Amino acid sequence: MKALLIRDLRLAIRAGGGFGLGLAFFLIVTVLVPFGVGPQSALLSEIAPGILWLGALLACLLSLDRILALDWEDGTLDLLACAPLPMEAAVSIKALAHWLTTGLPLVIAAPLFALLLNLPSAGYVPLVLSLLLGTPALSVIGTFGAALTVGIKRGGLLLSLLVLPLYVPTLIYGAEAARRGAQGVEASTPLFMLAGITFGVIALLPFASAAVLRVNIR
Amino acid sequence: MSLWEYANPVKFMALSGRILPWTAWLSGISLVIGLVWGFFYTPDDFRQGSTVKIIYLHVPSALMAINVWMMMLVTSLVWIIRRHHVSALAAKAAAPIGVAMTLIALVTGAIWGQPMWGTWWAWDPRLTSFLILFLFYLGYIALWAAIEDNDTAADLTSILCLVGSVFAILSRYAVNFWNQGLHQGASLSLDTEKNVADVFYQPLLFCIAGFVLLFVALVLLRTRTEIRARRTSALFARERMG
Repeated sequence: MKALLIRDLRLAIRAGGGFGLGLAFFLIVTVLVPFGVGPQSALLSEIAPGILWLGALLACLLSLDRILALDWEDGTLDLLACAPLPMEAAVSIKALAHWLTTGLPLVIAAPLFALLLNLPSAGYVPLVLSLLLGTPALSVIGTFGAALTVGIKRGGLLLSLLVLPLYVPTLIYGAEAARRGAQGVEASTPLFMLAGITFGVIALLPFASAAVLRVNIR
Repeated sequence: MSLWEYANPVKFMALSGRILPWTAWLSGISLVIGLVWGFFYTPDDFRQGSTVKIIYLHVPSALMAINVWMMMLVTSLVWIIRRHHVSALAAKAAAPIGVAMTLIALVTGAIWGQPMWGTWWAWDPRLTSFLILFLFYLGYIALWAAIEDNDTAADLTSILCLVGSVFAILSRYAVNFWNQGLHQGASLSLDTEKNVADVFYQPLLFCIAGFVLLFVALVLLRTRTEIRARRTSALFARERMG
């Protein structure tokens, strides 16, 4: 398991164009928003939590097809299916590697980007907390979507269509927590719900992803 | 004699061929009765005026939109557990009907909402969850269309249906948490004494029965088409081999 994790991390960092691309995308979305809605700082600070959450979600979405597509093409997945490691564990590791290379950098960079959007100072801690709790769910759900579409040529658009509705609950609770934090209201309820979704998804969804992947490899 | 005998396509074709005309006619008759009675022989509501009559399309279609997904969930489970092909094909056949029902519910709701609420659309929990349900249907159909191998497609869409159901329910409650509602409470529920006033209620029951029967007829028809399409492709494949 550790070897697989280290391999995935190395591949993500060293193979060009993967690591950091999500972060750059996140930055560009943040920069484009003021062009779209105008530079008034009051408006920006009001919509900042939602924009940051949406940006993080889209950045996650863009990198999803990299989780499994390359391994599918070069046959690594077939080897993994024969390995003594259960498929459920392999998918979980894949999701973890995706989170470490995409989700975690987004969480760390989010306060910096929040500065650009003039987020009220009370909002920083809830924003980072909600992203920290929510992005693992995005990775795990995304791995399920990637497993569903791995056998399909040019499945990128289909992947978005399948995964985005599944992101709805995570986005609602995550953005709600960040918004409440920015308004200085108690944000613990949505944070608890978000944590519930994340842990539930981590516990259950790998079984579905593994089942789907087995069907695709068959 | 058990239900599982109809997992055999030949028996299913025989039975559905006999039931299909009955359900189709009954559905047509009850829809005509319900709609004509509802539109022309019921009084206007004293606050809503004649707009109240859209209830005869809105409530049954909304009801079916959710129940079609439930039916797909059950048939997907049957496919995963017992691997009966008819079941998988029925789920495939039901999805576009579900989309149509969801769209009817959304559109009639918007038409009613414009004079009553003063807006075509509001981010109300019920409206939003229906829109999300619509997206789930679209994803499901797109996945069926994208995969060439039939059994693989049936497997993948069944699992998507299971996972999607859980997330649809999660979204429903998340949306409730997110925004307060503009939509009135449920028009019909089994556990309350009084639902809608009787004048409106009786034709509504006819309309609901009509929509249910219409759905059954359409599913049977579409499933039969799917089975025949499978047979033709099998025949073609055999011809090419021989």
